[in-house]
Amino acid sequence: MITPYEVIETIKMIQQENLDIRTITMGISLRDCCHSDGNIARGKIYDKIMRFASGLVKTGEDIEREYGIPIINKRISITPISLVAESSDEESYIRFAETLDRAAEDVGVNFIGGFSALVHKGYTIGDAKLIRSIPEALSTTKKVCASVNVATTKAGINMDAVREMGIIIKKAAALSEKDDGLACAKLVVFANVPEDNPFMAGAFHGVGEPECVINVGVSGPGVVKCALEKVKGADFGTVSETIKKTAFKITRMGQLVAQEASRRLKVPFGIVDLSLAPTPAIGDSVAHILEEMGLEKCGAHGTTAALALLNDAVKKGGIMASSYVGGLSGAFIPVSEDAGMIDAVSKGALSIEKLEAMTCVCSVGLDMIVIPGTASAETISAIIADEAAIGVVNNKTTAVRLIPAPGKKIGDVVEFGGLLGSGPVMKVSEFDSSSFIKRGGRIPAPIHSLRN
Amino acid sequence: MFVRAVITVIGKDRVGIIAAVSNILAEKNVNILDISQTTMQDMFTMIMLADISKMNTDMASLSESLEKKGMEQGLSIKIQHEDIFNSMHRL
Repeated sequence: MITPYEVIETIKMIQQENLDIRTITMGISLRDCCHSDGNIARGKIYDKIMRFASGLVKTGEDIEREYGIPIINKRISITPISLVAESSDEESYIRFAETLDRAAEDVGVNFIGGFSALVHKGYTIGDAKLIRSIPEALSTTKKVCASVNVATTKAGINMDAVREMGIIIKKAAALSEKDDGLACAKLVVFANVPEDNPFMAGAFHGVGEPECVINVGVSGPGVVKCALEKVKGADFGTVSETIKKTAFKITRMGQLVAQEASRRLKVPFGIVDLSLAPTPAIGDSVAHILEEMGLEKCGAHGTTAALALLNDAVKKGGIMASSYVGGLSGAFIPVSEDAGMIDAVSKGALSIEKLEAMTCVCSVGLDMIVIPGTASAETISAIIADEAAIGVVNNKTTAVRLIPAPGKKIGDVVEFGGLLGSGPVMKVSEFDSSSFIKRGGRIPAPIHSLRN
Repeated sequence: MFVRAVITVIGKDRVGIIAAVSNILAEKNVNILDISQTTMQDMFTMIMLADISKMNTDMASLSESLEKKGMEQGLSIKIQHEDIFNSMHRL
């Protein structure tokens, strides 16, 4: 029998420490929606999404009510659209984005991810069209999220794609200037992208996945921080154990919800992504966990080591809790979405250079970072190249989600609102990298990718 | 076959809390399997394990009735499927 202490602990985690299920994401394959006539393809896409996902939001709400665990978002991820739209000979894929937006609206989810292309070895005709459509697609639709994978450990880094993505990000910022570049908050550039990530903006339904799948993303940075408050001054072994046990409990929530959702929707369970994903709300910050570990401010020396411990302990604790773990799984460091990060940047404690070091040991990359509107496309590409190199050499996922906010400079703060939070503008190097970026071609895969 | 839920009542101690909650449960044909409670410095915490397999209503309405009664009495009354606690605290 569950003891009263355990009941109270669970309730406290939910009601006071911001434990929640961050997202239930239904992955849907659109591979059978290809058609040479774009209108027919779009009709098939809309119908398939409606058919599979119409019960998703209600199921999420039912589970939320019966189990008493908040399920913050219900979302959809789809096959990278470049693969589907390619069969039609249209020049722009905007109308595909509009169809996805409409389907997301009608089903009631808040984001649909998968306006994506995988170009780590090179472009197909469809990939090129998709990428060129991204700026307009993201600035004219509300719920569509886009991603482009430019590198893998096995393929190396596609520097032509890296160069183009800097330009695309600038274009997306310009087209959404009245929203301070909001379109860029829905675009992620990846290295070693996972096929089953349930979090936005980088979610898509990979080609190795089945017809339909339920993936769940848990969250609970506040829970971890509160657990650490009880072991102040203890050694790192104790810190690690405390985080592991807490991560176990958090992940078990995700497993339970995923299995229930899967059962009720009659859709196979994919994975639980056991990421600590912060929100701008008080008490929901990853940076504050690092500070609780003994750093005056996130970004002080020691931050990388602290994050490495946190990321590792989260995975170790969570793995036991779930039958299938996947997605990004680790600790997220999105600057604008984390109250502690925002504070650290405003106090001058956290810089892009430090964040880059942190991306070596956590599960994402340079995420939700606002940079001056004057930053050049080549500088942005060079930042992408750096992140891609970290991911490729270390055999991990890295990503870049940068927002060059038009008209904003150091000292400004951009308000995106809601879960996207607010971003203080961060400094990028003013030294020029254009000649490097202009070379083009591919950076070959590192030698340790030859593992056979 | 059991379907079990956990009802938690938290608030300021006063006369009639257990009676109020058990009346609602009896009305809805919910059988109480176990109760534990503690009072610490005026804060009353009661945890009931109940069998909802034969209830004559659904979880949403039962939850609403309990929450409403809680608000009338200045208490927080929540009902949750027991799996949420089992999955978190048992290997």
